[in-house]
Amino acid sequence: MSESILRLSRLHKKFGASVVVDDLSLDLQAGECLGVIGPNGAGKTTTIRMCLGLLAPDSGTIEAFSMPLPAHLGAVKRRMGVVSQFDTLDPDFTCAENLAVYGRYFGLSKATIRERIPELLEFSALQSKAAARPGELSGGMRRRLSLGRALINDPDLLLLDEPTTGLDPQARHVMWERLQRLLQGGKAILLTTHFMDEAERLCDRLLVIDHGRKIAEGPPRGLIEQHLESDVVEVYGEGASEAAVKCKAYADRTEVRGETVFFYASRPQPLLHALEAEPRLKVLHRPANLEDLFLKLTGRQIRED
Amino acid sequence: MAAVVFESKSMLVSLYAPPQITRGFWPVLLRNLLVWRKLAVSSVIGNVAEPLITLVAFGYGLGSLLGHVHGMPYIQYLASGSIAVSCALSATFEALYSTYSRMQVQRTWESIMNTPITLDDILFAEMLWAAVKSIITVLAILLVIFALDISRAPSMWLSLPVLCVVGLAFASIALVFNALAQGYEFFTYYFTLVMTPMTFLSGVYFPIEQMPGWLQGVAQLLPLTAAVKLVRPLVTGQTPTEVGGPMLVLVLYALAGYCLALILTRRRFFG
Repeated sequence: MSESILRLSRLHKKFGASVVVDDLSLDLQAGECLGVIGPNGAGKTTTIRMCLGLLAPDSGTIEAFSMPLPAHLGAVKRRMGVVSQFDTLDPDFTCAENLAVYGRYFGLSKATIRERIPELLEFSALQSKAAARPGELSGGMRRRLSLGRALINDPDLLLLDEPTTGLDPQARHVMWERLQRLLQGGKAILLTTHFMDEAERLCDRLLVIDHGRKIAEGPPRGLIEQHLESDVVEVYGEGASEAAVKCKAYADRTEVRGETVFFYASRPQPLLHALEAEPRLKVLHRPANLEDLFLKLTGRQIRED
Repeated sequence: MAAVVFESKSMLVSLYAPPQITRGFWPVLLRNLLVWRKLAVSSVIGNVAEPLITLVAFGYGLGSLLGHVHGMPYIQYLASGSIAVSCALSATFEALYSTYSRMQVQRTWESIMNTPITLDDILFAEMLWAAVKSIITVLAILLVIFALDISRAPSMWLSLPVLCVVGLAFASIALVFNALAQGYEFFTYYFTLVMTPMTFLSGVYFPIEQMPGWLQGVAQLLPLTAAVKLVRPLVTGQTPTEVGGPMLVLVLYALAGYCLALILTRRRFFG
């Protein structure tokens, strides 16, 4: 029976008249990656801030390592690592010094810190940058350093707020690989993201939220299979809307977003065959993904505000 | 080797709860010291050059015109007051510009609050650090005063512990304004409308008795006046006429400043 690392129970939070977190519950186990996905303003960062004790929920409870928050905040933070959305590295210190200084905040002994720094630099692929300052590093390197720093106290729980936002594709892949390693090592990760590929790749389970409310929960593939047809055919170009009308019958569901028509079909072949008759159209056939899920559940695209 | 433990009951204390200061302040203070060490030389020069130039220019320049003021050569009169001002300005500058950079721009405080260290400890460390900065500044100026033979009184070194309290008082007051700031420009108002007038009203450049009666009354309430009353006699080797009163004024400013700064800073972070 794995330990419940983080349990949020029926959290509510209002700012003035607007409800930002609405009856949110989640349960994170050791070795698991739970993703909270939703558009900007969905309440993801507010939820993280409540877990960090920076905000008090209006109602509901938060428990980490079976200790209630905020009463045991100090003890919880000792076992937790945090990577914020925006870098908070010390610009005046080198990479190694950043790690050392941070280790002291946890009350770690000099010996422990000395031992951990080379390991963390290696984990972050920054061994050659030990004496470099954050200003000399690329965005991806800084994010890796932030992740390395968050591990100085060997936490059992990691909170990552949009860990790869702002990174180029190569840097994102390196981050994902590192996070996979941590999960294999038994750490629990709670991350927030609005990237569907990240959610699908990293997360064992997802919590899809919109306007502070959970609208779906489950493993990524499971959610897709549960709510969506297996295939999507995107059609755009001249005459796309006419094609929509003509080919509607071949698809289980059709959506029009802007200039693109989305056909959702569990059996896409007849549809694709019909579309071959329209050579001016651009056709993209792909499996259903979480963007489609979000679109279906909320009627909106995840990056629309 | 056992790890040091920083225990904190809760971060979501009421805004008005008493300060909960633990040993957690120490790594934060140490961090600031380590950064300073990298820039130590330029920092000291920056903090010390202006007061020294002013001292030399006015001290010798005006001194040759004024002769003795309050029973001492003007250069001594000015230098001993200058020390108090430099302490106050140095602590204020650090607790405003540098603290704001750490708090808001670099988000250093945010990173520290993700560890077991609390806001109460961070603010305490920032106050202490600003006072330490001011002592470093003041020590350099005292050494120059000694080297230039402006004063060689043995009691001048006793001014250092007093200046610690001065530094703490001005750091605390400045931290109140740091809590309210939305940008660096705000601090310009503080220097122009608060610190600069204060330096002219506190008996640094000329005796308070030269001012109209009502202004003298105002001056008696200012922390810088209290500082000068304590520091000038010590630096020039005279017996202070007032000790308990000015010291109490400084301590009260330090305590009130810290408490108010803490409430406002808590409000800024926890809403």
